[in-house]
Amino acid sequence: MNPTKPKFKEKYGNYINGEFVEPIDGEYFENTSPTNNQLIAKYPRSKKEDVDKALEAANAAKDDWGKTSAAHRASILQKIADVIEENLNDFAAIDTYDNGKAIRETVNADVPLAVDHFRYFASAIRAEEGSATELNENTVSLIIKEPLGVVAQIIPWNFPLLMLAWKVAPALASGNCVVLKPAEQTPSSATFLMEKIGHLLPPGVLNVVHGFGPEAGKPLASSNKVNKVAFTGETTTGQLIMQYASKNLNPVTMELGGKSPNIFFNSVMDHDDAFLDKCIEGAVLFAFNQGEVCTCPSRLLVQEDIYDEFMKRVVERTKAITQGDPFDMNTQVGAQASNDQYEKILSYLEIGKEEGAKVLCGGEAFKASGEYEKGFYIQPTILEGHNKMRVFQEEIFGPVLAVCKFKDEAEALEIANDTLYGLGAGVWTRDAHQLYQVPRAIKAGRVWVNCYHDYPAHAPFGGYKKSGFGRENHLMMLNHYRQVKNMLISYDKNKLGFF
Amino acid sequence: MTYTRVNITEQAKNVLQELKAKHGEVIFHQSGGCCDGSSPMLLPKEDFYIDESDIFMGEIGGVKFYMNEAQFEYWKHTHLTVDVTQGRGSSFSLEIPEGYRFMIKSRLLTKEEEVHFNQ
Repeated sequence: MNPTKPKFKEKYGNYINGEFVEPIDGEYFENTSPTNNQLIAKYPRSKKEDVDKALEAANAAKDDWGKTSAAHRASILQKIADVIEENLNDFAAIDTYDNGKAIRETVNADVPLAVDHFRYFASAIRAEEGSATELNENTVSLIIKEPLGVVAQIIPWNFPLLMLAWKVAPALASGNCVVLKPAEQTPSSATFLMEKIGHLLPPGVLNVVHGFGPEAGKPLASSNKVNKVAFTGETTTGQLIMQYASKNLNPVTMELGGKSPNIFFNSVMDHDDAFLDKCIEGAVLFAFNQGEVCTCPSRLLVQEDIYDEFMKRVVERTKAITQGDPFDMNTQVGAQASNDQYEKILSYLEIGKEEGAKVLCGGEAFKASGEYEKGFYIQPTILEGHNKMRVFQEEIFGPVLAVCKFKDEAEALEIANDTLYGLGAGVWTRDAHQLYQVPRAIKAGRVWVNCYHDYPAHAPFGGYKKSGFGRENHLMMLNHYRQVKNMLISYDKNKLGFF
Repeated sequence: MTYTRVNITEQAKNVLQELKAKHGEVIFHQSGGCCDGSSPMLLPKEDFYIDESDIFMGEIGGVKFYMNEAQFEYWKHTHLTVDVTQGRGSSFSLEIPEGYRFMIKSRLLTKEEEVHFNQ
């Protein structure tokens, strides 16, 4: 049975120390759905006192939790994965209603990937080991990984449950306690998750505090009761969080978005086959998740000798996108996440047109009908122009593609790297040399080669340049949440002889 | 003739005055990147470290507006107007708890403005 619009209670609490609690000052905010602009439920408008309470609980729990065996933590993570999987349709419906994204994405991508993420880190901590090195015949160096303690995590609204999984799974797997602040636009799936899995964890190990950035995010990021801050968002808040962390000399990881180039070399059109069909889809993936993806392939670079024919197909495929009712399994593009995103995207469409970009398709808002007519929908849009235009340089975070031509490899690389960011990129070719050399020359943390928008848990993800630093996914992530303890042991019975 | 790179709508100015009364001295810093990026952030003046890598673009409603120099390179041919819309952004910008979001409306600089600022 297809998921349908979920039902909610009137209001929800923060999840602190193993139970749902009301905000201390009793203030709530109203969370609405971008699909129809209707009220979903009220969530706590938390302040410093609520954050402090969560941090107190996490700090009280950290010693015992940090001492649990990898086998024990893995078992809990596996159970969390099972519970999410058993409730897949409910989680999918909640994220679709809260975020606006099409139900086929939450059912087939967001939720299954979140499940797999918990399973991956459950497995990873069972398979890895520390190291012992005999430095000389009497001296042995042991390297043992220890949890950091309490980590603060501030996550975005574009993949509410999946971004939670990306941050929470490795932190818990490493033996840390967590205080998580979901984005204020999408607090629902984190709350539903705690309703379902709260009992699996000791009190204080995983705490969820809702609220606004200046009121709840700031006291969390700046607290001296945390040992690390992980953030996904934009650059100014990223800098601010790094400043707060610098006062506590805390490590941080930052994922700050991008303006990812998606490069198509002429060999993709050597044959009209399944691969070319895959390439056309690869170009149209800009509209995936309404373009609200940090790695949205929002700059399309096409070699000039195939440009006209290739773009004809890309425009055709884009125009065929079905849009509207996010709960219809056939809908490909849903609603933007909020009114301000919607307004921002429309203003970019205006500046794009004013800067002289040519509208190849879309270019305006989309009017959804019936129940969804008050929602925030934008037509998938392709703008043709050049790389100095602002629509080629700024993250619009909407279904807006900026396309330009290039002559040869050198020009493709020059355009691809002419950006402040370096999170993702795509390279499409049938040429075996280009397959390796071009990705190596692109300054980005993830280069998809003959594919795009694949996010397996076992592949590291993160940015170069102003896209941030640190990685998510992959077992290397565990070390972002751990200290290295080195025990240097002497088996020599004799003194040094210095004193 | 006086030229500006950045301006503010009356509606945004009203919201800004309320926020100034509540939070004291504040600044705007234009953000970039993911999620709520590409929007202006209103922050307590003492909170955000500004140095020579931040371009001062002008003062609106008694509040200084900055942008990082790397971003400015791509924005310098456009004139910005800070507007306000209903909605809930995330980020640490001070208007967010009030249910508003500052946003940028842009246009290309006129020929005269281009000569004045960039030549």
